[in-house]
Amino acid sequence: MSETQADPERIEGTYVFDGAHSRRGYRLNKFFFSLNRAENRAAFKEDAEALMDRFGLSDWEKGRIREKDWLALAREGGANIYFMYKMGSVTGDSLQHIGAAFRGETLEEFLNTRKVQGAR
Amino acid sequence: MGKIIAGIGSSHVPAAGAAFDQGKQEAPEWKPLFDGYRPAMEWLREARIDVAIFIYNDHGSDFFFDKYPTFAMGVAESYAPADEGWGPRPLAPVPGDPEFSWHMAESLIRESEFDMTVCQELSVDHGLLTPLPMLWSHEPRWDIRVVPVAVNVVQHPLPTARRLWKLGQALRLAVESYPRDIRVAVLGTGGLSHQLHGERFGFRNEEWDRRFMDRIVTRPDELVELSHHDYMVQGGAEAVEMIMWLGMRGAMSSEVRLVHENYYAPMLTGMGLLLLEDTANS
Repeated sequence: MSETQADPERIEGTYVFDGAHSRRGYRLNKFFFSLNRAENRAAFKEDAEALMDRFGLSDWEKGRIREKDWLALAREGGANIYFMYKMGSVTGDSLQHIGAAFRGETLEEFLNTRKVQGAR
Repeated sequence: MGKIIAGIGSSHVPAAGAAFDQGKQEAPEWKPLFDGYRPAMEWLREARIDVAIFIYNDHGSDFFFDKYPTFAMGVAESYAPADEGWGPRPLAPVPGDPEFSWHMAESLIRESEFDMTVCQELSVDHGLLTPLPMLWSHEPRWDIRVVPVAVNVVQHPLPTARRLWKLGQALRLAVESYPRDIRVAVLGTGGLSHQLHGERFGFRNEEWDRRFMDRIVTRPDELVELSHHDYMVQGGAEAVEMIMWLGMRGAMSSEVRLVHENYYAPMLTGMGLLLLEDTANS
């Protein structure tokens, strides 16, 4: 199910969220999902490591979250964007910040590709 | 009996909901979007719609991957705005219609063999709440009752475009077998083109969006034939949710009239609005 170069269904720069991804990213997405609750957002801001440990994240997952390596989390970690994007509520990163990182650009570089930069 | 009066396709971009709450309706970057909804809101008010069936998706707000229904529907008295990570939107809970919803569940599951997950508690996120107050008044109280129909367009395998079309047809049977005289609008939300993850983040395709909006009215059968892969290639991975517009169109008769449309693509997503009148019922 995971994408390979030989897969005719593969779309460049795209990691279709299928069973393999969802299985791999289960704990990670559960952790992101927990940020829907105000007490967990407060707990993250208080002690991010303790909250990540509470959700049983691996050293690799914790490392990529500390580094804000959003691309690795989506590509290798099984993070779903609708869940991962909630991290912005505790780190201050907007969807555009995350997207610029996916593309290997700065926020400013990414916004320069858009028609109306204020519509966000 | 129940009658389907209108069908609506609408994007559900969360940033538009935030802009709405911040009173940015006249801000230059948002005005082309909000102005585009006003004629639809006026038309719907005059059409005296009682119930809006919302074919939408949840975005990690209420449903988690521990149990992820392909099709779920609400039968609740009301639906609270979900906390999506930034606190719930400052909107009152949206009234439901339990009697009609349970009738819908009976009809969908027993007559049409659509095996819905039936929810007595459900919070609703931007998939429903972004378009809702742009189409029906929420002050001093909501001027509409809703039935949320949540579709898995997040975790593949997803239901096919054809399945959404059949869901729409089943919704029409459910509405028309309801003994009370209620006037119903069916909405499909989501899209249009956008990709929110990976190196292809920011992908958009205005030509595809405009063709899609045309075909939804004139040749929906062409859209029903397309695979998820087709939708993702043409519109971006997250644009696969556009299949929910086919649920709306499948609920309409073959006789539809285009009342109003709008399109605005300033940032990440092609934001479309389409209002159709079901002329078989007018």
